[in-house]
Amino acid sequence: MSFISLLWVLLLGSLLGLELIGKVPPTLHTPLMSGANAISGITMLAALTLIVKAEGNVPLLIIGSVSLGFALFNVVGGFFVTDRMLAMFSRKPSNKK
Amino acid sequence: MNLPVIIKFVIDLLAVLLLALGIKGLSKVKSARDANRLAAFAMSLSVVGLLSYYLGTSGIAIQSWIWIIIGSIIGSLFGAILAKKVPMTSMPETVALFNGCGGMSSLLVALGVAIFPISGGQENFDFFKSLINEVSISVSIFVGAITFTGSIVAMAKLQGWLSTPGWTQSKVRHFVNIVFAVASLIAFFDLINGNTSSIWLLVIVSSLLGIGVTLPIGGADMPVVISLLNSYSGIAAAAAGFVVDSQLLIVAGAMVGAAGLILTQVMCKGMNRSLVSVLFGGSLSAQSTASSGSGEYTNITSCSVEECALTLEAANKVIIVPGYGLAVAQAQHTLREVTKKLEQNGIEVVYAIHPVAGRMPGHMNVLLAEADVPYEQLKEMDVVNPDFPATDVVLVLGANDVVNPQAKNDSSSPLYGMPVLDVQEARTVFVIKRGMSAGYSGIKNDLFDLPNTSMVFGDAKKVLNDLIGELKDLGVGEK
Repeated sequence: MSFISLLWVLLLGSLLGLELIGKVPPTLHTPLMSGANAISGITMLAALTLIVKAEGNVPLLIIGSVSLGFALFNVVGGFFVTDRMLAMFSRKPSNKK
Repeated sequence: MNLPVIIKFVIDLLAVLLLALGIKGLSKVKSARDANRLAAFAMSLSVVGLLSYYLGTSGIAIQSWIWIIIGSIIGSLFGAILAKKVPMTSMPETVALFNGCGGMSSLLVALGVAIFPISGGQENFDFFKSLINEVSISVSIFVGAITFTGSIVAMAKLQGWLSTPGWTQSKVRHFVNIVFAVASLIAFFDLINGNTSSIWLLVIVSSLLGIGVTLPIGGADMPVVISLLNSYSGIAAAAAGFVVDSQLLIVAGAMVGAAGLILTQVMCKGMNRSLVSVLFGGSLSAQSTASSGSGEYTNITSCSVEECALTLEAANKVIIVPGYGLAVAQAQHTLREVTKKLEQNGIEVVYAIHPVAGRMPGHMNVLLAEADVPYEQLKEMDVVNPDFPATDVVLVLGANDVVNPQAKNDSSSPLYGMPVLDVQEARTVFVIKRGMSAGYSGIKNDLFDLPNTSMVFGDAKKVLNDLIGELKDLGVGEK
């Protein structure tokens, strides 16, 4: 991938992000923030790449592994906690007696 | 093109599409939960795509597998446990903690690549390529470090582990932060000049900058800061994408970065604050104590729980205004008991939710939903404001600044212009509060002085429990 095409990817990705969130009800600000936050843990892919390409370099393997741990903490925790919040909104029909 | 490349391309494309749909869906109540799961699925898909690509091309060494498994298990386990255990009241600091760790991850990746250049990353080594590499490594470290330390400080402040030290409110802090910023710029140019050891300077100085910028910001503005830091962690991820040459990382990081920025903007608007004043203005209370400590309370009416119960019993329409104080007292369940009794007596009960009630926009909705309050009873500010004149009783529980009429009437008030709930229009207002202390902004609340306002002093949970007892004695809610 050339640098220029990566810049295009960056530009289009940013525009997409700007477009996606138009009107968000305040109710959803916290879940949305936490969900988007989980997605930013996508750096786990970079950590994986680092580990795979380390080729037996132990310090690098450790750095990659710690980085992967931090990223997955972000991703797994972020998605679970978002789901927990959103589950409360969808529970309403059950307690209407 | 060989097969692994094509497969990875298709999977990446699909993952980006699903992530975009996920973010989109998260902004609507109906689709939010599925959207969150969709995004989680897209993330796991992207991992499968990456691993299958390496399996199909260079292969993955056993040693690498071991470290992958160790890192994944520890990270996921801690993440899952924290996500399950943490109480809903401390949601903002949890988001901050997760976010900080995302930033840390980007920082470590860039650091790893900088110290041990990966083979294959630089096969066609030329000046331009290595320049890009160094710039992206620096950006990733810089933004990642700020995200990490900033988020940790934000978390510590929300948890109450850290207060806002007085010296951080002085003008000196701008000078200190400028020094940090300049130092990181120097480290950055030194790095590009080929001096690898200055990378540590960059790490240290940008970490300090993250602390220096976040520490002076007052608690009320913290949600905005967390949202902004969330946007940063997206930018850090995109920068890490340049470091390891991954389009998927760049797209996803850019999306989160841009979406986080918009969300930050929306939140600022809800609080009537500009982003600049949040970041550089210091905490609101520090500016306002001088200008708006204007006068003491002169006309406070305090009343007993019993009187409150009697008034409630005679009401037709009651509006509850919950604030963070309610959440701190963990009284949302007790409140639900009270409102159930009132409803059984045929009294109409509605909850008025200010956009920034709680510690984060939408936080109060989550907390009330946790206490089984029906979603239909939660009314947003613009919907409920015209209803106040026709309301008999308003119960203000642990809310303060969001019901301050100064925001409408007093153009000299720092709150002026902030959208507020017009509770004073109602016939009777009860404010349940521990004492006469000021709200988050540190500003006197004119509402308390009004003739139709009565204060019920006490801990929210205790007062509500007493209220249940009084209502029971009055026979309210008994069939």
